Amino acid sequence: MFAAIVLLVLVLGTVVFHLLSPWYFTPIASNWSSMDSTVTLTFIVTGLAFVLVNIFIAYCLIKFRNKPERRAEYEPESIKMESWLTILTTVGIAAMLAPGLLIWKDVVTPPDDSMNLEVLARQWNWSYRLPGEDGKLGAVAVSHTTADNPLGIDPSDPFGQDDIIVYDPVLHLKVDQPVTFLLRSTDVLHNFTVPQFRVKMDFVPGQVSYIWAEPQKEGSYDLLCEELCGVGHYAMRGRVIVDSEEAYASLASRSTHLR
Amino acid sequence: MEYAAHDETSFVRPAEVGEMELYHAKTWLGKYVFSQDAKTIAIQYAGTAIAIGMVALVLSWFMRLQLAWPNTFAFIDPAYYLQAVTMHGMIMVVYLLTALFLGGFGNYLIPLMVGARDMVFPWLNMISFWVYFTAVVLLAASFFVGGGSTGAGWTLYPPQAILPGTPGSEAGILLMLASLAVFIIGFTMGGLNYVVTILQARTRGMTLMRMPLTVWGIFVATILALFAFPALFVSAIMMSLDVLLGTSFFMPAIMTMGNEGSHVGGNPLLFQHLFWFFGHPEVYIVALPAFGIVSDLISIHARKNIFGYRMMVWAIVIIGALSFVVWAHHMYVSGMNPYFGFFFATTTLIIAVPTALKVYNWVLTLWRGNIHLTIPMLFSIAFLLFFINGGMTGLFLGNATVSMPLSDTLFVVAHFHMVMAVAPVMVVCGAIYHWYPKITGRWYHEGMARFHFWVTFVGSYLVFLPMHYLGIMGVPRRYFEITGTTFLPDSAQSVNASITIAALVVGFAQIVFLYNLITSAFNGKKAPGNPWNATTLEWQTETTPPGHGNFGKELPCVYRWAYDYSVPGVEDDFIPQNVPPRNAQA
Repeated sequence: MFAAIVLLVLVLGTVVFHLLSPWYFTPIASNWSSMDSTVTLTFIVTGLAFVLVNIFIAYCLIKFRNKPERRAEYEPESIKMESWLTILTTVGIAAMLAPGLLIWKDVVTPPDDSMNLEVLARQWNWSYRLPGEDGKLGAVAVSHTTADNPLGIDPSDPFGQDDIIVYDPVLHLKVDQPVTFLLRSTDVLHNFTVPQFRVKMDFVPGQVSYIWAEPQKEGSYDLLCEELCGVGHYAMRGRVIVDSEEAYASLASRSTHLR
Repeated sequence: MEYAAHDETSFVRPAEVGEMELYHAKTWLGKYVFSQDAKTIAIQYAGTAIAIGMVALVLSWFMRLQLAWPNTFAFIDPAYYLQAVTMHGMIMVVYLLTALFLGGFGNYLIPLMVGARDMVFPWLNMISFWVYFTAVVLLAASFFVGGGSTGAGWTLYPPQAILPGTPGSEAGILLMLASLAVFIIGFTMGGLNYVVTILQARTRGMTLMRMPLTVWGIFVATILALFAFPALFVSAIMMSLDVLLGTSFFMPAIMTMGNEGSHVGGNPLLFQHLFWFFGHPEVYIVALPAFGIVSDLISIHARKNIFGYRMMVWAIVIIGALSFVVWAHHMYVSGMNPYFGFFFATTTLIIAVPTALKVYNWVLTLWRGNIHLTIPMLFSIAFLLFFINGGMTGLFLGNATVSMPLSDTLFVVAHFHMVMAVAPVMVVCGAIYHWYPKITGRWYHEGMARFHFWVTFVGSYLVFLPMHYLGIMGVPRRYFEITGTTFLPDSAQSVNASITIAALVVGFAQIVFLYNLITSAFNGKKAPGNPWNATTLEWQTETTPPGHGNFGKELPCVYRWAYDYSVPGVEDDFIPQNVPPRNAQA
């Protein structure tokens, strides 16, 4: 009896904690609210299963607890019941998987009008590279890296000569402008996470990975590295500022870097 | 009534192997140190695993202290913190849980439960333990070398694992890789032994579909390990070559500390694929023995046959097979081709179906049972709560889209602790209490055991449930401290502090557990040979604890499955597997 009550308290306490505690996602600032919906859907489906199965356990603990005259039933199996449970579970899982796969297609496909910009992560700081007037980022290689050319831009590639380089850890973005972040590292693994954007992706030295988002709410957001990159990992923070169209335009005109 | 299907015993196969010749040790050293008796080896494995596990437990306290009260403890700096994180994870997963389930429970239970005198290769078994012991010594040595143990995270991802900037990138990482390689060599010896014993040394009448689920779980887990560990073995060798010989398996051209490195052309993602090709089956290497054991505990202590035995066996086999095609769900945000996400999200969610079925069958075993709330049963119930909870959050993380906001946060840490740390540990505790009277011939102290249960059960839940919400808020894992953000409320810190307090209390309860186990072995009440009225063969031995050779003059002959509890028309509520049909009616 006591065990059943403790179990019930823990399970129902979990539900109450989930619904009433102030601790949940930070408000979203990008287009990925569909991602939040899949989380909510998954919470509903799994939450129901979690509560129902545990209440059933608690019921059994009370109803079928040992008494002197009690004898268990002998019931090796019931193919029928097992089949029904399998079908029910499969339906529940498909209901969570299907929207997940559909949205994943959006995650892996940046829209045509998205702006490419490069994020360069190094132990333990951030820099950014935006295409110049030609709209294209120039080629880069670790072998071109020098003190004057820390990003390793290929001097023979004309596209690279007008690239805008931002050494500041602060990145300005224009609201409602989809951005594809091209992620490049020259040392170890890193990760690009803005909690308010929901999406995140690792940097892998030797390749360029990508992730895209459309910032939809003006504001100043933390940028975190979420892939272990050495002792400075926890301190590798940056900042992403989402500006209004006007603020972004004036920023671009007065900055020597951001034309 | 499908009773007959499980009791067709008119024909008993002749023994496949004759009585085996046992090695009888002549010296104290041969009997207790270089023992060739699986039961002694089991205790050596378990003792070593628990000893190094206690080190990992203490490391977790250091982590928790730092997270709850940052900048309070001078001896915990970022490097030390990462070393604690890394060693805690690696020790718990590989050196404690894998070694304890397969080396400990596997060695003790396989020969006894299938009705064999010993493992088929006793000498190899002895070597296997000492190789494992060497691996533990190598691992422990890395605490004391220059630069300390590796702080690369238990996943040991290159390039950072072997570059300056990561703690222990000198000797620490090499000792870790060497220790893993040695561990795998030792495990392969033991693993082949377990598989061959189960396939070849079962006693007469012990068909595969009459084996207790404990043996099934350990059997399939061992096969998984034999296929999965080689991937880790080669990655350990390849990474060592990258360090020692300057090869570039995992190392692309990079800048390190302002200079161009000497490597060119390697691929860090290759390591991640190899690691998780091992790492995901590893989850099931720990989980399947727990599944098997908990099935038996629930059945015995509810005095009812396990519901859907055949389905339970096939679920173990199917989960084992599927576990090899889900590995890249650990890599949705790793920078691998993101289109892989479609495939791996689908396979991962499919694996939830047989897993859910196992949960239903455990729960349906309780239904209309006769539930004795013994300590092993209490731990089994606790396992169910943690496993169901952790399984549900697995559906978040396995689904690529849903996982994206949550990956690399404390949500992941909370999830895997629920599902593959606390849940299996609940089974370990339940199993130790369950078989304690057989192993020692004495009872544990009931009061201490109940204290241990309640503190561990409630405490662990209070540790890991709130941790999910820290992750949802966006707290990343492997962070030394996270102050100065604009998205975390101050109350997040109080959640961290409460988790730490719960963790310290749970840790203390484990000391009571060990104290109970050690003192009761000498002072406990004498226990009878079959105190739980169980059907399986280990409870039918002539002596308790079982002597060298396990059984008396003759090996038992098996006439029925392992779950003849509360059979209608039979007075006792259990019929041991070795009782012939004509003797069962009373």
